[in-house]
Amino acid sequence: MKATSATFVRNEMLAPSAPPSTEAGPIKWMRENLFSSPLNIVLTVLGVGAVVYIVMHIAPWMLRGVWVAGTLSECREIIQARYGEGVTGACWALIRDRWQQYLFGFYPSELYWRPVLAFVLMLAAIAPVLFDALPRRVLWFTLVYPAVGFWLLWGGTVWVPVMALAGFVISYVAAKIVQPIAGTILATIAAVLTPVLWWLFLAGPAADAAQSVIPIALEGVRSREFGGFILAFTIGFTGIAFSLPLGVMLALGRQSDMFIVNKLSVGFIEFIRGVPLITLLFTASLLLNYFLPPGTDFDIILRVIIMVVLFAAAYIAEVVRGGLAALPRGQYEAADALGLDYWKAQRLIIMPQALKISIPGIVSTFIGLFKDTTLVVFVGLLDPLKGITDAVRASTDWKGVYWEPYIFVGAIFFVFCFGMSRYSMYLERKLKTDHR
Amino acid sequence: MAVITDEPKAGFRLGMLIYDTRYRSITIQIVVLFLVMAGAAWLIDNLLRNLAVLGRGIDFSFLGNRAGYDINQSLVEYTNDSTHARATLVGILNTLLVAFLGCVAATVVGVLAGVLRLSKNWVVARLMTVYVEIFRNVPLLLWILIIYAVFTEALPAPNAFRGENATSTMVMFDSVAFTNRYTAIPWVMFDNSLGWLALGPLWLNLDLAAIIGALVGGFLINRAIVRRATKIQEATGERPTTWWQSILALFGPIIAVFLLLGTHVDAPSLQGFNFTGGLQVSNSLVALWLALTLYTAAYIAEIVRSGINAISRGQSEAAFALGLRPGRTMNLVILPQALRVIIPPLISQYLNLTKNSSLAIAVGYMDLRGTLGGITLNQTGRGLEAMMLLMLIYLIISLVISGAMNIYNNSVRLKER
Repeated sequence: MKATSATFVRNEMLAPSAPPSTEAGPIKWMRENLFSSPLNIVLTVLGVGAVVYIVMHIAPWMLRGVWVAGTLSECREIIQARYGEGVTGACWALIRDRWQQYLFGFYPSELYWRPVLAFVLMLAAIAPVLFDALPRRVLWFTLVYPAVGFWLLWGGTVWVPVMALAGFVISYVAAKIVQPIAGTILATIAAVLTPVLWWLFLAGPAADAAQSVIPIALEGVRSREFGGFILAFTIGFTGIAFSLPLGVMLALGRQSDMFIVNKLSVGFIEFIRGVPLITLLFTASLLLNYFLPPGTDFDIILRVIIMVVLFAAAYIAEVVRGGLAALPRGQYEAADALGLDYWKAQRLIIMPQALKISIPGIVSTFIGLFKDTTLVVFVGLLDPLKGITDAVRASTDWKGVYWEPYIFVGAIFFVFCFGMSRYSMYLERKLKTDHR
Repeated sequence: MAVITDEPKAGFRLGMLIYDTRYRSITIQIVVLFLVMAGAAWLIDNLLRNLAVLGRGIDFSFLGNRAGYDINQSLVEYTNDSTHARATLVGILNTLLVAFLGCVAATVVGVLAGVLRLSKNWVVARLMTVYVEIFRNVPLLLWILIIYAVFTEALPAPNAFRGENATSTMVMFDSVAFTNRYTAIPWVMFDNSLGWLALGPLWLNLDLAAIIGALVGGFLINRAIVRRATKIQEATGERPTTWWQSILALFGPIIAVFLLLGTHVDAPSLQGFNFTGGLQVSNSLVALWLALTLYTAAYIAEIVRSGINAISRGQSEAAFALGLRPGRTMNLVILPQALRVIIPPLISQYLNLTKNSSLAIAVGYMDLRGTLGGITLNQTGRGLEAMMLLMLIYLIISLVISGAMNIYNNSVRLKER
């Protein structure tokens, strides 16, 4: 007899039951991230306590702020009337009242369009450098931009920057002419020598002559009228643009086998890195006239820019040297084996890799340079942080205001510096080629 | 049949200076040297001509003249009758003081912040990230000015601590008072002070010398004890008990010195409208110190974080596989390797802090730039000499710091064979 038994086989899976409430969702996250051990609990409590303390002390003051008022005392009266006796609050009206000064210093107000235009064009000029998705032809504008920016900011005749640019054209033409006749070496010498001679002796008269024939000029603005953030940007971006090539050259000099070049680079780098920027700026403002032919007067912003460029270049040289040293020896040997000469090897093999390694260091040097532009206040220029703030505070309207200008200026610096550091992270990610 | 080729042409052609790689580097170097020398000659020629126009030479004798100004804080004896050289020395010591205090505090805060930023605790890690980003992305000058403003504007005057219902109270168990003019802190006083020993231009504080001597002596004795114990252990296999000798050697001399000097702690107390006793530290020093500390600590935090991150996980896993406990893993495996990554950038942060201390100008702290590069320069009109001396001193300080730290760096460096 056959036993009949019905076996029951379930042919679909049971739905998983929900995890215990302590093992899911925010509770799990909190248990793991905030309260995983006694030490962690203490840290969490301390951390939250610190945040609460800071926010409780600052937020009400900021939120009670007044945006529309003519003077500090008016601000205080409004706050007293609104929130009662003895209550303090921020007086943002200061920024509303004086923002032009913070941005433009004492630049003539009817000419504000010029720095604004220069700033917008600067963004257009650096965009193709920053993002390679943009058309490469825009880079021509980037190369011309320094002259355009100079003309817009300082004004004067258009022919001075044009003749300065002409030097590069002359250099190119000279090289092209000499090359087939006398070979590469002489062509290089011609390419270096002709523009120098042009700038030294011919560019000035040529600019004057051109101006008398076709007068195109903007109203001139003196360097002393610069101030606030246009000063910081002028110094900062010129410094960034010129310190990178100089820094790379110094780094190559320091890595060089040539004894004299090497020792000169080392001496220069170590000297610049050994003294504070402030002393270099003082040298620029007090002593530079000693070292120039008697009677020369040199624009103060230009002096400061030169010092800032030298200062940043020494730091960049050290960063790039680190990148060069980090490259495996095989890369240099491979470049030699391919028969590349020194400059081709640097341009095609070494530098792309070394600069990629040094991006974080280079960008943080740039950030440091931009922040250091505030130090120009000590040589009498009106930087946004102390120069303009002191000027604003000297007026009877805003005597006694302390925190608001610092917060405002600090926030703007933060935005730009933080932006730069984020960009360097983006660049690092984009250029990453290893497969880790 | 042997092929006879022409011998390579011996002799030297002028073109080889450029086209032959053997000679080209010499050519380039000579050209560079020539250009640099020409540039230097031009600068020096201009300088001499300018000085001739002004009718003066380079002269450092102003350093021997009477300074005639007061310095609010000096570590060595100084009056306005002292010389400019003495004022310079005061400035150097003030620079070194704030740099030293800043380096110590920045290291402590920075290491703490860097480790906490790596913590698994979400709140603390975020908080430290915010701290680091805010301090790194805003100019140091702003922090100095803000902290100084906090001290001078937001803190109470000394007389606010007065009376039954005072508006302000002292902190840290009634020992420290923050006022808008100075910070009063407790200070060690010696009843039987040894005084100062004059050694030419430098004065030596004998109390400090005795304390340092006792510390170093104790350390050396302790090292001898440990060496002897190791030697006995190597010879016999048994290590003699040394912990009480070590404690005695390390702490005995210093305690003896303190007792002999009659040491007691003098806490500040309110007398009338001002605090007396203890030490009154000027707010410019405290603000500068705090700002330098917090700013540099943000950088150090990043250095520490990246240093620890640079050690691959395999290292700690291998250490655990060997059976090392977490504490010993940290001490013996992670830290020695992380330090190698951390030390070089840390050195440059110390250097940066020292150089940044020249921003003391913003708060009126009389550092080297304030004395030699400030009042002395303006009073004597010797800008060239003062700036040259100023740069030279900063350069020496920088080179000494980097030299000392490089010695340490070499001792922890990877020993490759």
